[in-house]
Amino acid sequence: MQEKMKQRAKELLADGTVNRVMGWKKGEFGYDTTPAVFRSAEEIDKYFVCDDFTNSNLSKLLVKESKKDGVILAFLKPCDTYSFNQLLKEHRIDREKVYIIGIPGGPKLDAEIIKSKGITGITGVKNVNYTLVIDTIYGEEKMPFYEAVSVKCKSCKSKKHVIYDELIGDDGDILESDRFDEVEKLENMTSRERFDFWQRELSKCIRCNACKNVCPACTCEKCVFDNPKSGIENKAVSDSFEEKLFHIIRAFHVAGRCTDCGECSRVCPQNIPLHLLNRKFIKDINSLYGEYQAGADLDTKNPLTDYSTDDCEPSIVHERGVE
Amino acid sequence: MLKISLDRLDDFFARVASEQSLYMPVDREDGQAEFRKWTEGSKLSQRLNTVRSAKDFFFPQTENLVDFKIQGKNIEVLDTREECEDFAVFGVRACDARSFSILDKVFLCEPVDSYYKNRREHGVIISLSCTRPAETCFCTVFGIDPVEPEGDISCSTDGKSMFFKVNTPKGEEFVKKFADVFEDGDPAQLEKMKEFSRNVFKKLPLANLSTDSFGGDKMMKLFNSPKWAELSEACIGCGTCTFICPTCQCYDIRDFKTNDGVKRFRCWDSCMYSEFTKMAHGNPRVSQLERFRQRFMHKLVYFPSNNDGEFGCVGCGRCLTKCPSSINIVKVMKALEVEE
Repeated sequence: MQEKMKQRAKELLADGTVNRVMGWKKGEFGYDTTPAVFRSAEEIDKYFVCDDFTNSNLSKLLVKESKKDGVILAFLKPCDTYSFNQLLKEHRIDREKVYIIGIPGGPKLDAEIIKSKGITGITGVKNVNYTLVIDTIYGEEKMPFYEAVSVKCKSCKSKKHVIYDELIGDDGDILESDRFDEVEKLENMTSRERFDFWQRELSKCIRCNACKNVCPACTCEKCVFDNPKSGIENKAVSDSFEEKLFHIIRAFHVAGRCTDCGECSRVCPQNIPLHLLNRKFIKDINSLYGEYQAGADLDTKNPLTDYSTDDCEPSIVHERGVE
Repeated sequence: MLKISLDRLDDFFARVASEQSLYMPVDREDGQAEFRKWTEGSKLSQRLNTVRSAKDFFFPQTENLVDFKIQGKNIEVLDTREECEDFAVFGVRACDARSFSILDKVFLCEPVDSYYKNRREHGVIISLSCTRPAETCFCTVFGIDPVEPEGDISCSTDGKSMFFKVNTPKGEEFVKKFADVFEDGDPAQLEKMKEFSRNVFKKLPLANLSTDSFGGDKMMKLFNSPKWAELSEACIGCGTCTFICPTCQCYDIRDFKTNDGVKRFRCWDSCMYSEFTKMAHGNPRVSQLERFRQRFMHKLVYFPSNNDGEFGCVGCGRCLTKCPSSINIVKVMKALEVEE
C-alpha cells in the first residue's frame, strides 16, 4: 500500500497535477509519525510513511494548505474524508486546491497502549499476521494486534470514502458500529455517578488545548478560548468546575458538526475520553431529529441550524431530564 | 549504607505520611502514573515516569499571588502568602530531579520568587534511580546520571532493598527524623546493578544525540535556519509539550474579579499559544513558526547563553511521547544538526 501511494504521489508531482503531497513522515521509533508536506520525489522516497501508526487526521491541515498556491495531494482515510466534507460544507477548504486519494482506513494503533503493557525501549514495530512483533532494547516482545488498536478506531463508523478523486485499494461500507454503547453506559448511570465520572476524568485536564487545536470542527479564525478579551481564555482554571465548563462548551460548539473522528481523545495527554461528550450529542441529535452524520455529504442540512415544524419542543429537555 | 527492605517500604511511607505530607507516583485507572498525596493503601507506581512532571510541587499551574479588597474608594492589598508546611516527594526520577536546579536558576536569582522559594525550602526531594529506561529517554545527553540521581536523598534498589543516599543537609535532617526505620545494608549487589543499568542507558536509541550544534554562541545561525518552516509545519500550537515539560517555566499574571475585589493569580503560559507575551502593541511572535522556534531556541540557545552553557532540557522524553503530531526537541536537534 505504502509503495503504491509513494508511486502515485511521485507521478502526480511529475505530471504537474499537484505541487505538494500531504502524508506522514517517519519518526524515531517506528510509531511516532508526523503529518508532513512533501515537495519532491526525493523527500517522498526518503521520509514518506503510511503504516499502522499513521493515525492522525490530515483534513484540518488542508484548511491552511488549500490557501497556498497550487494543488496539494492529500491521502485521506475514510474517517478523514468525513472531516474534509464537513470543512468543505463550512467553506473552510478550497476544493479545487486539493486532489484527494482515498486510502483504506485502520484499524490504526496507539503506541501508548503497547507501552501500557509494560513494553518499553521500543525501536520498531511490525505486524506479522496480526501479531505485533516489537523490537526493544531489552529483546523482542509480542502482543496481539487488536489489543493495541487506538480508541478512535475501536468503534469505527465507516470504511467508506465520502469524497475522493481517486482511490488506492477498495472502498468499504458504512459499518454497524457499537460506538454509542459507552454513551449508553453513561446515560444509565445516576446523575451523581455521571457527575463523578466526568469530575474524575475532566479534573485531569491540563488545559493544553490539544483537543481544540486538533479538532477539524474547530477552525474559527480566533477561538474564544484564545481571546484574552473573552474573559474565559485558556490558561488558568479558577475552580474545579471550570475544566468541565471548557469541555462542555467546546462540545456544544461542535455539536452537529463533529464527525466523530476521535482526534480529541487521541491527542489528549491525560487520556480523557473526550469523544464521549461529542458522541452523546450525536446520539441525541439522531434520536431527536432523525439519523444525521456530519460530513456524510455536502447537501444535508445540520439539524441544529435548520428548522422544520416537526422539530422537538424545548420541553424535551425537561422530559428527558427526569430520572 | 542506609536501607529499608522492599517489603517494609509501605510502612516507611505510612510513617513519613503520619508526620508530613508525602507525595509519590501512583498508577491511575487509565494505566498512566501521576504524583498523588499518600493515603492508606497507596502503592508506588512501577511505571518509569508520571505524565505531569514534579515541577508542579514548586511551580503549580495556578496560584494566587495577592488579593485586593475594594471598599468604596479604598483598595486594601492582602498578602495571601503563608509559610508552606514541610512535605516530601518520593520517586522523582533523575530528569525531574535535575529540572529543579534549572528552575532554581530562574526563580531563585534576583529578584527571588518568594512563592517558589517558600515551597522549595519546605520540600524534600527523594529521587529514585532508573533501571529500565524507555526509548524516549535521553537524560544522559545533558550530563545526567539516571543511576545516581540528584535530590536531597537519592534511592536505588537492588531488588530486595531500597538504599538511601543522603546528598544535602535537608536530606540529612529528614533521615535523622525517621532514623528508626532505616537499617544498615551492604550495597555491593546494588553497585553491580548500577553498572548494569549504566550499560542499558548506553544502548538507548537517543544515547548518542549530540548537543554540539547548540549553545549561546550559535544563536543567529540557528535563529535564521530555514529548517524552522518545515519543522513547525505539523505543530498544532497546543500547550502539551510546555505543560508536561519539567523545565518550562513561563507564566502569565492575570486578575480575576470577585464580588468585592480582585484576585491576582499566576498561571503557566505556553510559548505555543497565540496570546503568549502579548503586549499593548500586539504579539511579538505572530506565526506558529516563530512561537515554535521560541520554545526550542529557549532550551537550546537562550538558556545556555544565560546560564554558563547549561541546556534547558533534561531529556525526560515526555514531549516525545505526548506531542499530538510527534514533533519534538529530538527531531528539532537532529534536523538542525544536519545543517552544520
